[in-house]
Parts: sequence; C-alpha cells; structure tokens
Amino acid sequence: MKHMTRATIPDDTLKELYAVMLTIRLFEDRTCARYAEQEMKCPVHLCIGQEAIAAGVCAHLKREDYIFSTHRSHGHCIAKGMDLKSIAAELYGRSTGCSRGKGGSMHLADPGHGIPGTTAIVGGCIPLAAGAALASKMKGDGRVSVAFFGDGAADEGVFLESLNFASLKKLPVVFVCENNFYATNSPQSARQPAVRIADRASGFGIPGVHADGNDVIRVFRTAAEAIARAREGEGPTLLEYTTYRWKAHVGPNSDIEAGFRPAEQHEEWMKRCPVEMYEQRLEQQGVLSAQERKAIFGRIEKQIDEAMDFARTSPFPKPGELFDDVY
Amino acid sequence: MPWTKIQADDSHTPVFFGGDERAREITYRNAIREALSQALMTDRNVFLIGEGIDDPGGVFGTTAGLKETFGDERVMDCAIAENGLTGVAIGAAIAGMRPVFVHMRVDFLPMCMDQIINHAAKWSYMTGGKVKVPLTIRAIIGRGWGSAAQHSQSLQALFAHIPGLKVIMPASPYDAKGLLLGSIAGDSPTICIEHRWLYDQKEEVPETPYMIHAGKGLVRRQGKDISIISTSYMVYESLRAASELEKEGISAEVVDLRSVLPMDEELIISSVMKTGRLIVADTGVSVCGVASEVAAIAAEQAFDSLKAPVRRICLPMTPTPASHVLERAYYPDHTAIVRAAREMTA
Repeated sequence: MKHMTRATIPDDTLKELYAVMLTIRLFEDRTCARYAEQEMKCPVHLCIGQEAIAAGVCAHLKREDYIFSTHRSHGHCIAKGMDLKSIAAELYGRSTGCSRGKGGSMHLADPGHGIPGTTAIVGGCIPLAAGAALASKMKGDGRVSVAFFGDGAADEGVFLESLNFASLKKLPVVFVCENNFYATNSPQSARQPAVRIADRASGFGIPGVHADGNDVIRVFRTAAEAIARAREGEGPTLLEYTTYRWKAHVGPNSDIEAGFRPAEQHEEWMKRCPVEMYEQRLEQQGVLSAQERKAIFGRIEKQIDEAMDFARTSPFPKPGELFDDVY
Repeated sequence: MPWTKIQADDSHTPVFFGGDERAREITYRNAIREALSQALMTDRNVFLIGEGIDDPGGVFGTTAGLKETFGDERVMDCAIAENGLTGVAIGAAIAGMRPVFVHMRVDFLPMCMDQIINHAAKWSYMTGGKVKVPLTIRAIIGRGWGSAAQHSQSLQALFAHIPGLKVIMPASPYDAKGLLLGSIAGDSPTICIEHRWLYDQKEEVPETPYMIHAGKGLVRRQGKDISIISTSYMVYESLRAASELEKEGISAEVVDLRSVLPMDEELIISSVMKTGRLIVADTGVSVCGVASEVAAIAAEQAFDSLKAPVRRICLPMTPTPASHVLERAYYPDHTAIVRAAREMTA
C-alpha cells in the first residue's frame, strides 16, 4: 500500500491527537454529570470508549472536507473542529445551538466546519457521504467525504448500495465503520455471520481494512492511507475499527447491571481505555510530560466550563420559530 | 447565480401564450425535456440521474438526447438501488449540486422512503435552516394497459403528508416546464408526479425559460354553480365534465391544483365560496388522500358557503387490477364527475 507510512508522527500531531481524544472524553463526561439535572432535554448517545476513531480519522481532514455522522456524533463533530459552545447549546435546546434548537444531540451540524449534518436513522449517512463525494468529484473541489457509522449500519441495504456506487464512480469517500459489536442492544453475532465487515469491501473491488479502534495510532495510520487514496482520486476505502461503547446505547448510565451486555466483556474493554493507553504510550515515549498533560487537561476543562455556561445562559428559541426552516 | 435571470411566473390566471411569438405548441413530454435541457444549460450544478435515463426511449422521451448533449456524467444512468441513490442525490444536493432523480414509475418511490422522508424532508429543519436539499425527484404514474398494482400507483398523498417536502403535479405542458424549472432552481426537496397519459398533451409554451413556484393553483375554467378541484390527469376529466354540464345548464368551475404541497388554500376557499358546491377529482385513492385534504379545507374554512355535501371522485380502496375490464371499473372518468354534479345541483 503505497501511502502506508511508518514515518515518525511529529510530536505536535501526537499531542493534538491526545487533546482531541481528551476533549471528547471530558465533554461526554460532563454531559453525563449534567444530564441528571434534566436541563438537556434530549436523548444523548455517548461515545465514551470510542474516542480514538474520531480523533485518528479527522486528524487527516481539512476544514472543508465533509463528515457525515450518526446519532452518536459528538466525538466526530468535536474532532472535526466544531465549537463546543454550539454543541452544548444545542443539547440545552437553545437558539444559539448549532441547529438553533431544532436538532438536539442527534442532529448536530456545522457546515462551516464541513459537518453538513448528522442523522439518527441507522445507515442514512452513508449514501449522503457518497453523494457529497460525487459533488466534489463533479466540481473538482478536492474535498474528501467521510461517513462514520456503526456495525448496525452495515446491516442496512444502503451500506452496500453506497459501496457499490462509490466504487463504480471512484469517489473520494472513506467509509468508517465503528464496530462496537452492538446495534442498540442486539449483538453482532445475532445479526451477521462471522465475517469481518471490512471484508465486504472486496466484493466491490475496493480496499477494506480492519484495525484496533482503541489504538489511536493504528487508526491514524490506516486512515492516512484511506484519505490519501480518496484525495488522489483512487477511490473509496472501507475502514472497520473494533471498539466498545462504555455507556448504554442512549443516556448517561451503564447498561451492564441491567444485563444488556456481559459484565466480563465490559470489564475487558474498560482495561483497554483508548485515552489511558495513549497517555501511557506518550509518557513512555517521552512525548508528553505530566505537567503538559495537566495543562492540556486544564485548558480543555476550561473550554467545557465556558461551553456549558454559554449554553445555560443562552436564550431559548421563540415559539414562533417553530415554523422557520421547514423549507 | 445563474437562476436569477429566469423570471418567475406567479400569475394566478390561466396562461396561454398565443401572443408570445417565441411560444410554440409542444407536447408535455417535450416541455419536460426542454425544462431539463435548459436547467442543464443554465447551471453546471444540475445533473440528472436515474435507471435507464439515457436509454433510447429516454424515459418516455423526456430525457431523449440529453446524454448526447450534456454527457454521461450529467445525465447519469445508475443501478437499481433506489434508497441508496436517493441518499447519494441528497448528499450531492447538500454539497451544492441540484440533482434531478428520475423514476419511470411512482411505484419505485416506496423504495426510497427513508431517504426522502427521514433525510431530504428533514435536513433543512434539523440543521436550523443552515443546510438545504435542492433535489427534484420526477416519478411517473403509469396508468393503463394492464399495468396493475405495482406500476400504476398515484402516491402523492404519501408525500403531501410530510412537512419539508413539496409535491407538484403539473397537468399542462406550460406548467410542466415552469414547475420543473422552479423546482430545480429552488432550495427544497420536491417530488414531481407526472401522469403518462399527459405526455401527448399539447399547449403553447414559451421557449424562454421561466419558473412557476409550487403552491399556486389555477382556475382552468370559470363557473358559478360548482367547483371541481382536480389534480394532474383528472383536470382533463374535469374539463370534459364541465363541458357536458354546461349543456345541462350547470356552470362548473375547474381548478387545477398544480401543487398538492403546499396546497393553494386561498384558491380552494375562494372558489368554494363562489360556487357553494365542491367536487374533488384526484388521481389517487380517496382515503386520507389529497381529495380528503381539499374537502377538509373547505369544511374548515368555507363551511357556511357549502350548499351540498362535498364529493370525492378518486380511486376505490383496492390495488390496481390488470384486466382491462376491471381497469374500466376501477378508474372514474368525467361521467362520474357529471353524475355527482347532477346529484349535487338537483
């Protein structure tokens, strides 16, 4: 694979990956902490445990590149550079939210950062990303599109329809499957034969790559290859990253005690926390000192404080705005 | 913006452009073809996609020759993967294109319901108006010749039920061209439902591009005793009925809705207030249909004017049969409208 590089990743990039992962983790943690206050009156699908994928993929995207995501999109939007204030305000249903209070957690959007929107219908974002890539190809604007989706979406017809079309037209799109083994509460083994989702790519004549989604460096390197391919007009790639969702399908709580998933499985994955593993790695490599880490943590916490304060003090939409934006 | 030079025709009156020297009499199919051709010519961001769109038949002639002129990237044949490719078209629209997705039959639209209803219709609202979906979907009602249950449906009511969509049903060549151009130039997802029995209709149509915005109906024939509010092919059955009724001394007003979402409530109310009687003739089934909506508007907003119960002339609540004998029993024509009008004015 000609783009695959073992070249050293610059320290600044390594640190930035860490900062992005930590921002996602801390933002989601804060959402959990605040959720019980019942001021965020919308369902939240949290991505704690899956941060490395968003960070590792989006690190290669330019501001104008497109991402299309799902109901579990906070991490992707943060990694793509979206302002935390506009995300928080949207969760709080305020008029200053990214979607002016019309979308909520499941429909974050920020076209200025290449986030044309997120959909809560499983698989729905996959053809949208292919379509945006078609537009880029027709216009020759050099943009790359990324679709983020889960293993559940790989069950949908549009997944295969989109791979087919994107391969046929050699579109600048990367399909990123975050395989956390569950479609809501249905395990992958109840839904699919034991074949890697990445292997489906071969049926359409495009590369399919599987990697550990909790290892941000593995994500970073595999995504580098796929995005470079897309950017150079060589067509789409399907990336499958195995990972694990720590919280329940929806909401700030665990679903383990209630028996939705096996406790042992959950414990095993908790030992492989993407943020902690990466922290240790950076420490071992001498890239990030404890002092620096503390400074990054403090900076992010401050940003989140500001975002939450901004959201909670922002005005609500006026009832009359109900009728705006239908068309 | 390439579209700003094209004039909108928002007039509320019947339009026949006999005085316009650029107008010539052309068929409905050629009016559509001309609209698509002019859209492709006007704006580089317009492209057509559809299964068989570039075959020698050219979707009943409506896309014939366009690939030869504009190339296969902009007149794109595609897989039979309706939902996925609707998503592709929406994604392209979100990223600044103005796609026109063409389906040979309305019956294929149920394959794309997720992308049309959950995505195209919702995107503007869900993003607080920041992201628009300028997508036009053409679909054809394939009545007759034993087309049967899966090749003849008239599903406008399904789409007219969805906030965020527009649904147009041009009945005349002039409207077909203007409404299509208006839709392609507009920023909202629009379903254009055409009836294949209209394709040979002729009318004077200006060669110059012009736009009609969805949401305004037309009085096709003035009358004072009864309003016949109709859609698509049923406009012609209604006009035929009105001619019959005239011989019997009943003056029928024929309204062509042209667009069922948004629906021209003002025109419906004013016509009903004028005549006091309402027949609604729609190409779909009556139950929870477009005709029901028109009747509800009249009941809610012109109740005091009504001198007789409202009648709906629509399809019965059965799938479409194949045998021509059953087809004849299935489709109401102008005689059903005439009978209803006689009963209502007796």
